[in-house]
Amino acid sequence: MNDDQDSPSTGQSTLPAASEITAAPAAFGKYRAPTRAAFGLTSPVETSSVHLTINGQPREFHLAPWTTLLDALRLYAGLMGTKKGCDHGQCGACTVLVNGTRINSCLTLAVMQQGQQITTIEGLGTATSLSALQQAFIDHDAFQCGYCTPGQICSAQGLLYEGKAHTEDEIREQMSGNLCRCGAYVNILAAVKEVVDAQTA
Amino acid sequence: MSSTTLIGQPTSRVDGAIKVTGAATYAGEFVVPGLAYGYVVNSPIAKGRITQVHSAEVLALPGVLAVFSHENRLPLPDDDNCYMDQLAPGGSPFRPLFDATIKFNMQPVALVVAETYELARYAAAVLRLDYEQEPHQTDLSKQRGAAFKAPHQANGFYDYPPSRGLPEQAWASATHRVAGDYAHPTQHHNPMETFATTVEWRGDGQLTVYDKTQGTFNSQQYICNVFNLKKENVQVHSYFVGGAFGLALRPNYQVPLAVMAALALKRSVRVTLTRQQMFSLSYRPLALQHVKLGTNPDGSLATLHHEALQATSQFEPYAETVTHWSGVLYRCDNVKLEHLLAPLDVMTPVSMRAPGPTSGLFALEVALDELAYETGLDPVELRLRSYADRNGLMDKPFSSKKLRECYQQAAARFGWAQRNPEPRSMRHGDLLVGWGMASGVWDSSQAEAGAQATLTADGKLTVVNGVNGDIGTGTATVICQIAAETLGLPLSAVTFRQGESTMPAAPVQGASWTAGSVGTAVQKVCRQLREQLLTLAQQLPDSPWRQAGPSEIEFTDGKLGLLGQPETQISFSEVLRAHRLPHLEAEVTASPDAKRQQQYSVNVHNAVFVEVQVDPVIGTVRVTRLVEGVAAGRILNPKTARNQVLGGMVWGIGAALMEETVMDHRFGRFMNHSLAEYHLPVNADIRELEVIFVEEEDDIVNPLGAKGVGEIGILGVSAAIANAVYHATGRRLRELPITRDKLL
Repeated sequence: MNDDQDSPSTGQSTLPAASEITAAPAAFGKYRAPTRAAFGLTSPVETSSVHLTINGQPREFHLAPWTTLLDALRLYAGLMGTKKGCDHGQCGACTVLVNGTRINSCLTLAVMQQGQQITTIEGLGTATSLSALQQAFIDHDAFQCGYCTPGQICSAQGLLYEGKAHTEDEIREQMSGNLCRCGAYVNILAAVKEVVDAQTA
Repeated sequence: MSSTTLIGQPTSRVDGAIKVTGAATYAGEFVVPGLAYGYVVNSPIAKGRITQVHSAEVLALPGVLAVFSHENRLPLPDDDNCYMDQLAPGGSPFRPLFDATIKFNMQPVALVVAETYELARYAAAVLRLDYEQEPHQTDLSKQRGAAFKAPHQANGFYDYPPSRGLPEQAWASATHRVAGDYAHPTQHHNPMETFATTVEWRGDGQLTVYDKTQGTFNSQQYICNVFNLKKENVQVHSYFVGGAFGLALRPNYQVPLAVMAALALKRSVRVTLTRQQMFSLSYRPLALQHVKLGTNPDGSLATLHHEALQATSQFEPYAETVTHWSGVLYRCDNVKLEHLLAPLDVMTPVSMRAPGPTSGLFALEVALDELAYETGLDPVELRLRSYADRNGLMDKPFSSKKLRECYQQAAARFGWAQRNPEPRSMRHGDLLVGWGMASGVWDSSQAEAGAQATLTADGKLTVVNGVNGDIGTGTATVICQIAAETLGLPLSAVTFRQGESTMPAAPVQGASWTAGSVGTAVQKVCRQLREQLLTLAQQLPDSPWRQAGPSEIEFTDGKLGLLGQPETQISFSEVLRAHRLPHLEAEVTASPDAKRQQQYSVNVHNAVFVEVQVDPVIGTVRVTRLVEGVAAGRILNPKTARNQVLGGMVWGIGAALMEETVMDHRFGRFMNHSLAEYHLPVNADIRELEVIFVEEEDDIVNPLGAKGVGEIGILGVSAAIANAVYHATGRRLRELPITRDKLL
C-alpha cells in the first residue's frame, strides 16, 4: 500500500507514467487518468487477528493487514501518545520500543509484530510517577510543542538500554533519528545526558 | 502589593507532565463517537480544469461513505468576503472544492470519506480524476514583468515612505560601495504535527471542531462564514498544537473539508493531512533581492538601497516586510526601498517565523559584512557607526533599544576581539574556521484580549482565555506565573483554561504578541479580583484593614494583610467564607494604550555571533558555536524564553545550511515534499548555542514590559553563518542555503 497518492513519481493515482512526464514536460492538454485495471480495484477490508502485548497488557486486534503498528496503536488501541509526523520513517515521532529496542512504528505493519512486547510513552511513566527521562525532559525544558516528545523519550529510553552512547557527541548522533522542529535539541541533549550519567555513575 | 516574585522565574512548564507522558491531545486525536475518516486527493497539475471525477468506482467499495468534489459539494457562497479570515491579504481567497478550476499543483480536488482510515487512504489513492491542463508559470525569475508593488497594508506593512533623502546622489558620491544580488529560497514550516481537524457532529447542526490553529476565533469565524452557520452552533477547541510557526494562522483546507463532510453526512469526521500534503499548504515565499550600500568618509551609511521581488499566488497578494527593516535597523539619511510581488500559479504564501526580515535581513546583513571588508572596519564597529537612535522609517523614537548592549555582551562572551578578519586565516586542524556576526530587529506589539477569572473558596484560581492551545511557546506557564504573582497565590493554586471559542477573546497567536496581550488581560483581571477581595475584607467586623489604601495591603500566599504585619493576615478563603460566597468572579478586556504606543517604535533587537568549521575538501559546514544577545524587554520566564530563542537559532542554522523547497517548473510542483528531502537540522547538527538576555526596561510596549521572543531568535543567524563561511573560505555566498555544491 502506497499512500503517496499525491506523488507524481509513483505514477499512481491520476498521473501519467513517469516516462510520459519526463518525455513531455511542456505538453499540455487533455489527459485521462490511467485505467483501474492496474490497481485491482477490490474491497480491501478483509482483516486478520493480531495479538500484541502493549505496555504489559495482552491485546487482540482485527486489522487490515497493511495497518501499520503506528496506526494500530493510535486508532485501534487508543494510545494517541505515539505520534505520526511523516509516516515514512523520516521524523522519529512514532518511536516505540519493541522488546526494548526502539523502532519507527510507522515502518512496520502490526501483523509483523505478532506476539511482541510493545512499550509506548504511556508505558514509561504517568504524571504522578514519571520516569527519570520524563522528569529530566521537564527539568531541562527539552520540548516546546510536545509533539515529538513521546518519540524523543522512547528513543532515549532505547538509547539507555543500548548502553552505547555516553559522550555528548555520541548522544547527539544517537538521538538524530528524532526531529524536533521547535529546535529544543540543546535541552534534549542536556536531559538525556543527565539520565545517561546517572545510570553509568 | 504582591510580594511573590514569580514573574521572571525559570519555572518549569505547567503542562510539562502532560506532554512527557503522551497525555497531551492534539487536534487529530480526539476520540468522538461514530468517527469517519476523510482523506484528501490533490491535483497532479498546476493549472487547468477538472473534467471528470470518477467517484462511482470508489463509492462501490464497501465502507466508503462519500466522495466530495466540486461536482457534489455542499452549497458554498460565491463571495470572497465569506472566505476572508482575519489574516487574508485581500484578493480572492482559495475556495476548496468550489469549482473545477485548478489554480496550483497539489490543490485539494476531492475528499474521500470512509469508515476506517485505511479504507479512506486506499480509496483516495485509486480515485480517478481527468483534467484539462493549461500552461502554468511557477518561475519567479520569469515573472518579473508581471510584478506589482506590494500593498502597503498587508501583513504588518506600514504605509511609510519607501524612500528618504537622495539615495541615487548619495550612491554616486559614496566613499565605499557594495552591491549584490541575494536570494532567500522557498521554505516550508513543517511543524511536526501535520494539519488535522476533527469535527464532532453533536446533532441538529451543532459542531465541535477540534482544530490545529493559531486562532481559535479565526477558525470559528471562517467556518461560520463559509457554511453560513451561527457561532453558537460552532465551537472550536484547540488544546495543544504540535508546532505551527505561522502555518496555522489562516484556516487550511482540511478545516472546510472536514466540516463539509460532517454537515453532509451528519456524523463526525476527521481529516488529517500527510507530510506530503503539508507541502500543498502555504510557505515562506522565494525572495530575490538587490542591495546597494554606500558609506560616508567616516564609515557610516550614506545610502542604503534594498529591492525585493517576492512570489505570491495568482489570487491573493500576500506580502511581508522584506525591505521594511532595512529602513529601521540603521541610521541612514538616503534610503530607497522597493518591494515587488509577482503572481505565480502556486498556493498563497503565509507568515513563517519572522516573516519578512528572515529573508530581507539576510540580504542586508551579508551586504554589511561585504561593506566591512570594503571599508576595513570591524563588522561590529561598522554597525555601531550607523547605530539608529530613532526608527528612521517611521521617524519615531524607540520605546527602548539595547542593541548596543547586545553587541557588547554577545561579542565579549563569544571572544570576538580575538578575530583575525583575514579570510582563511583561522584553522582547527585541517578545517577552516570562520567567525561571522549579524543582527536583527522585529516588532513588538499588544493586541486586545479578554480574560475571565474565578477564585473559589478553597483558594484556587482559574483563569480563562480562548487563545489556541500551546504551540510550544509556554503560554500557559507564563500566564499562571502572571496570575499567581498578581493575586498573591502559589503557582500550584492557579489553573489556566484556554483554547475554546466560547471563552474570552484572544488575537491570533502570531507576531510574538500573545504573552504581552493575553498576559496583560490576565494581570488586569487578577487586579480586579484583588480589589474585590480587599473590599470584602474591609467590610468584615473589626477589620484591621478598614482604613488601609490598596498600597498598604500585601497579597501573598493566598492571604492579604497590612504591609509588613503578618499578624494582620487573613486568607482569601476566610474572606469568601465570612461573606458566604462560593467564589469571586471577574471578567475584563485589556486594550493597548494605542495613543501612547503610537508615539514610539516598539522593537525587539538581537546580535548574533557564529563560529563555523568548513571542510575545505568536501565542503561541509558545521556551526560549532553560536552566541545570541537578545533585548526583548522583560523576560517573563527565562527557561521557556531561552528555549524559544534556541529554537530560532536552530531555524537559522537550518535556513543557512539546508532548508529549501525546490520547485520543478515543468510540473509546477515542489518536488522535495518529504522530511527526507526537505532537510531540517537534527540533534547532531547542533553544537553550542548560548542565549544572553540583555536587561531592558520598557513601559510602553504593554503593562508587563514584555516584548515577546517568538521570532527574534532566528534573525541574523543565517547571515552571520554566511558571513562566517566567507571568513573561513573567502567565498561570498549570497544565496541560501549554503550547500556544499555551492562551496566547492
